[in-house]
Amino acid sequence: MTKLLSVRLVAILVGLGFAFVALFAFVIGAYNAATEEAQGHLPYAKPVDVDYSFDGPFGTWDKAQLQRGLKVYSEVCAACHSLKFVAFRNLEDLGYSEGQVKAFAASKQVPGIDPQTGEANMRPGLPTDYFPSPYPNAVAAAAANGNAIPPDLSLITKARGDGTNYVASLLQGYQEPSAELLAEHPEAAPSPGLHHNIYFPNLNLAMAPPLTTAGQVTYDDGTEATVKQMSEDVAAFLTWTAEPTLVKRKQTGWPVLIFLLFATILAYMSKKQIWAAVKPRKD
Amino acid sequence: MADTTATASNETVTTTEDGIRRRDFLDVAAIGAAGVGGLAVVYPLVSQMAPSKDVLAASTTEVDVSAIQPGQAIKAVFRKQPLFVRRLTPAEVAEANSAPLSAMRDPQTLEERTKEGHNDMLVTMGVCTHLGCVPLGAAEGEVKGEFGGYFCPCHGSHYDTAGRIRKGPAPTNLEVPEYEFTSDTVIQVG
Amino acid sequence: MSFPWAREYQPSNGFTRFLDEKLPLPRLVYNAVGAGYPVPRNLSYFWNFGVLAGVFLMVQIVTGIVLAMHYAANAQVAFATTEHIMRNVNWGWLMRYAHANGASFFFIVVYIHIFRGLFYSSYKAPREMIWLLGVVIFLLMMATAFMGYVLPWGQMSFWGAKVITGLFGAIPLVGEPIQIWLLGGFAPDNAALNRFFSLHFLLPFVILGVVILHIWALHIPGSSNPTGVEVKSESDTVPFHPYYTAKDGFGLGIALLAYFALVFFLPNALGHPDNYIEANPLSTPAHIVPEWYFWPFYAILRAFTVDFILPAKLWGVIAMFSAILLWFFLPWLDKSPVRSGHYRPMFRKFFWFGLIPAMIVLFICGGAPAEEPYVMLSQIATAYYFLHFLVILPIVSSVEKPEPLPYSITEAVLGSDKKAVLGENTTPAV
Repeated sequence: MTKLLSVRLVAILVGLGFAFVALFAFVIGAYNAATEEAQGHLPYAKPVDVDYSFDGPFGTWDKAQLQRGLKVYSEVCAACHSLKFVAFRNLEDLGYSEGQVKAFAASKQVPGIDPQTGEANMRPGLPTDYFPSPYPNAVAAAAANGNAIPPDLSLITKARGDGTNYVASLLQGYQEPSAELLAEHPEAAPSPGLHHNIYFPNLNLAMAPPLTTAGQVTYDDGTEATVKQMSEDVAAFLTWTAEPTLVKRKQTGWPVLIFLLFATILAYMSKKQIWAAVKPRKD
Repeated sequence: MADTTATASNETVTTTEDGIRRRDFLDVAAIGAAGVGGLAVVYPLVSQMAPSKDVLAASTTEVDVSAIQPGQAIKAVFRKQPLFVRRLTPAEVAEANSAPLSAMRDPQTLEERTKEGHNDMLVTMGVCTHLGCVPLGAAEGEVKGEFGGYFCPCHGSHYDTAGRIRKGPAPTNLEVPEYEFTSDTVIQVG
Repeated sequence: MSFPWAREYQPSNGFTRFLDEKLPLPRLVYNAVGAGYPVPRNLSYFWNFGVLAGVFLMVQIVTGIVLAMHYAANAQVAFATTEHIMRNVNWGWLMRYAHANGASFFFIVVYIHIFRGLFYSSYKAPREMIWLLGVVIFLLMMATAFMGYVLPWGQMSFWGAKVITGLFGAIPLVGEPIQIWLLGGFAPDNAALNRFFSLHFLLPFVILGVVILHIWALHIPGSSNPTGVEVKSESDTVPFHPYYTAKDGFGLGIALLAYFALVFFLPNALGHPDNYIEANPLSTPAHIVPEWYFWPFYAILRAFTVDFILPAKLWGVIAMFSAILLWFFLPWLDKSPVRSGHYRPMFRKFFWFGLIPAMIVLFICGGAPAEEPYVMLSQIATAYYFLHFLVILPIVSSVEKPEPLPYSITEAVLGSDKKAVLGENTTPAV
């Protein structure tokens, strides 16, 4: 008994010790909070919510939109951003035929090896090749972009919160900082080489506005290429590159959930039946 | 308040004939559903071990055959396996054509094993059909076996100048993969 | 040991008779989770979570073995092979999402299991050993989950590894050598990734072993129950099979529905977007957070912001580990003669209005950036957390007057006029 009592005594002392130190830190923190001026966050905007065909539990790809997005990527983004986890063969998912994919791949130059000399060279792409990087390595990418390496875009919509909307909004979010913002947050003024964008967390990013004018990309299906349209199309395309199995995942999910629901109902009825014998009966 | 004394031990007493049947049916159905679910889980677990999409993506191999002299062979790689491309000498062609088909384990003519107009260009997998070793005879100075084609050192299979099995344990001729001449000097395999 | 009325295994044919003589595995199963294991008849659905935890351990082991067939633990390619699994491997995306969300569900289920044990004082005699083994399992789970999160080699993987191994750097004198030894280098790289992979593969089987001990220890006194009153007679129990196999089957159905809804429709909801950025030793994410199941303890770690005799960092590390290790002492800190929180009025109030809100606050603060008001809230909650287990629990359990207990489980289930008469009997018979 005395031994057990001592366990509790030690515990009480230890507990009071931890609590005291935590509360001491609280008091210091509260004092600091009261005396120091709080540093507010820069007020960046939340991405605008857009409806996409692949949203929701029954979503499917809008292949025409993905094809338009591929065109925007190829003609605009690809100048600086790689797409290293996507192979040309994957483009068959967008509704292209094998022949079209071969032709598209062949139109891109990918790094290869000269079979005669063994030296590095460039050769036309094959469907099994991956989208080539615009820069040979990270150092070259940094050097060409004022030390800001353009991120690989394969996973960009999964690597940002609310990624699809973020990409589309960011592409349309370039504007001059407002006077009120600068009055309140003088540090928000873009330094040289940076560009103000209301959706970027610290409001200034190294990427110059990539989509500036309507018709910058000519769509094959005749869709009017407004900046909004191009932004949303490329955001949809990058959602596909981030997770090509997204639609298959949702479509597999339904039969699984329906089966499980059925099995669970059966299990419930079976359980009820089994337990009926030992449940108290109300007379 | 209920004052019943129902316990686990007298459960069967309170179960009527109909109850037993209904209960059995429900139990069987529930256990059956669990079994179906279990089987459904096995499917992805098994198929994940099959070749993945990047492996399956029909990778084609192009081989420039212009530099191969009659009597010479080169080794290329197709689907991570050796591919033999051999230009036969007129004597080897003649020998392949004169060999009696009836005595062969896997009778095929040289015409059947080569492309029209390129009867002297023998394209085969370099994989012995017995247990998958790489036969000798493609590189300069290697043993070509009793029939002047390829010889597998693992268990002594002899292939003739058309890559046909003539002696030893291999059951079939060396496999001719799907290929085509994209020009007079280039073949595309796969 | 079992109750004298436990049914005995009867081999029904020649083969099972042979097996029973040479290797009585069917008898073992029969006595462990079959009709030979009498279980209190009044278990609530909170008692489903032990079996569910076992199921999710198996889900993790099966999906984990599959993933290990395709993954390569090398810093150059780890991120790429993870994407290879997502894109190229047949059903690879399903295996990976099932594994990542399976970890979350394993923790959800285990947290409910632990807090059920806390509310019903399942740790009290004669079940101390079950509880101690359970805490060991929880510690092993945390180590396994932490190392598993490093494997995809995303930004959170890398910085998580750096920050958590950095905790050891807080130890005076030997801290830094230990940290370098743990990582096999000065920052997480191939050496760390490979050993984490090796241990991440090993530990689940260690967990499985301790789980078997946990269940073995459970079968000595048998399951506790919501009244906390010990089993007195056969009418207090039902055989595990078919009663609890059926009930667990239903519970499993519900759990799998929730689990697969997440796997198929919101697979990234519990993850962090930054882990889809490949590890970059030169750039730290804006705010590093561990996986959600570590948030309460991460909040305790960060709550200590002021040097007080010891450096603040060391306080945080000691407090975080103590927060879990103190669970080992609960059987001896709680001296109430009554187990179930249903019959402990003061204990119950501190549980629902003290501990649970404190855990929720710690959970929220652990996932939030290290700024006000989260830091201050987490400091109050941390203080309460330690006070609750180390001060309130020993004192309350000594001074509170428990409510009248039912005479037996049967009486609690069926009701009885005897209840009023026997009400003052507050000491459970053992």
